[in-house]
Amino acid sequence: MKIAIASGKGGTGKTTVSLNLALALSNVQLFDCDVEEPNCNLFLGFDLEKMEDVIYSVPVINQEKCDICMKCSDFCRYNALAALPDKILFFPSLCHGCGGCTILCPEKAILESQRSLGVIEKAKGGSSLEFYRGLLNIGETMASAVIRTLKKHIDDQKTVIFDAPPGTSCPVIASIGDADYCVLVTESTPFGFHDLRLAVDVVRELKIPFGIIINRWGLGDSSVEDYCKTKGIPILLKIPNDRKIAELYSQGIPFVRKMPGWNEKFLGVFEAIKSQLAGLEDVKI
Amino acid sequence: MKQLTVISGKGGTGKTTLTAAFTSLAKNAVIADCDVDAADMHLILKPRVLQKEDYYGLEVARIDLELCIECKKCREFCRYEAVNNNFGVDPYKCEGCAVCTIICPIGAVSMEKRVSGLAFFSETRFGPMAHAQLGIGEEASGKLVSVVRNNAKKLAEQYHKDLVIIDGPPGTGCSAIAAITGTDLVLVVSEPTLSGIHDLKRVIELTVHFMIPTVVCINKYDINEENTQLIEKFCIEMGIPVIGRLPYDDITTKAMLQEQTLIEYAKNSEHANESEFASQVWQIWAKVEEMFIDTQDKQKMIKSLETKNL
Repeated sequence: MKIAIASGKGGTGKTTVSLNLALALSNVQLFDCDVEEPNCNLFLGFDLEKMEDVIYSVPVINQEKCDICMKCSDFCRYNALAALPDKILFFPSLCHGCGGCTILCPEKAILESQRSLGVIEKAKGGSSLEFYRGLLNIGETMASAVIRTLKKHIDDQKTVIFDAPPGTSCPVIASIGDADYCVLVTESTPFGFHDLRLAVDVVRELKIPFGIIINRWGLGDSSVEDYCKTKGIPILLKIPNDRKIAELYSQGIPFVRKMPGWNEKFLGVFEAIKSQLAGLEDVKI
Repeated sequence: MKQLTVISGKGGTGKTTLTAAFTSLAKNAVIADCDVDAADMHLILKPRVLQKEDYYGLEVARIDLELCIECKKCREFCRYEAVNNNFGVDPYKCEGCAVCTIICPIGAVSMEKRVSGLAFFSETRFGPMAHAQLGIGEEASGKLVSVVRNNAKKLAEQYHKDLVIIDGPPGTGCSAIAAITGTDLVLVVSEPTLSGIHDLKRVIELTVHFMIPTVVCINKYDINEENTQLIEKFCIEMGIPVIGRLPYDDITTKAMLQEQTLIEYAKNSEHANESEFASQVWQIWAKVEEMFIDTQDKQKMIKSLETKNL
């Protein structure tokens, strides 16, 4: 089963929930899909080894063969190719690697070379948890490509947890799109509530069953709880607005390791997810 | 016209709260909410929309199944695995590259425009505002960020404003890059957690990469003062000024619940700590304004960034 942890608003506690849930379960894989700012391993402290580069094909233009017909630059939807009077300029960071220019060039002046966008890393053998992460190189834009490569390491026999990036756009879709269940982490402040509703729209659009974890519970007002009650959305867990938790977080310590009772609570979250999904199966049958 | 972008790397460090406060302190500015996939600024500034326009994101391929001869070339050449076994196109996977249109031997594929969101021109109690709403699950938020920045420029010209204050998105990818390129100053809002420090370093690598003068402020500095010192030390080494520290205070949530900037909220507050908090934000803003005046310093900063990039 694949469980994605997402939020809409940043800083609501996605990583905290992903880590604590992964540490409470067994036979589990944790994927840090926030490839722009991966934070899970700050808390795990594993030695990581590189599995692969995330590569894609970009054009290399043979200026001698090129007669500047501009077919490539006219075709490129990402403005990665620009025609000057005497040559074609290529902007690698805009290229999506679709290969269209190579196909189109009548002079066969465009070949392709491999370019690296980022890396996929794995916790070394002997680590207490099977952990993978993707890391987007600085200055690169195609986070989704890194996430897609990262997900090739999924083992369907295991419980898989995706720590998703914030927001609602392409990297989020790439992170949660194939999940069986999505946990939305929020806080009950006006910003948290507003962005939660955006995230709910996304998971509904993707038809992924979901539930909510309220973090920093006690902060703000009751709007999130009222909303969940009205809409019949399950609240899986409430994590109190506790300075102790914030301090452990600031030091990079997952709080299930230090605060008694929380391991069981995250196990309870997992059981609640399983029974929610089983209920949905019953309805289908 | 100058442009300031507020970013953070890590989400939830207080970008929007601080940016909203700045809008109530700036004298002659346009506001641009460039966190287009989770825009929150409008919750505080309550903009009155003057004009809205459709935003067209990347196009999506459509295969005409009446014409399709199932030669599978589109599937073979699509690098995003967007064409399924029944020759349907998955809109979430399609990147709109149009390779399938040139590879299809019988011209059964066309590209369709789609409205991927809305862009707004608005007015608020603190000046004109450009903002947007990205459609659910839509791609290309970086492109929409550029649209919002362009609209903010138009508003600045129309209303004779000399500054654009940009509330940026989290992360270091497509939308963050679109929010910072070509701006005059980036303010990074950091927090003294391990994640905060890690993300600050990556975001500073990004501003160095694009050679944009950068300053840092540390929010919730008192939740871990050791980490706060680590951030300050790192910034000194990088030659990046730390222009303020703010304590952890629930004034930010209280102001948010009242739909006010914390500057507005503090005006009516009887608590000394809240007025003190607002005054510290005011001092941070004063330093930002100084940075804009003192262009010589800025040149110096760009020079030092250039050497770091080598």
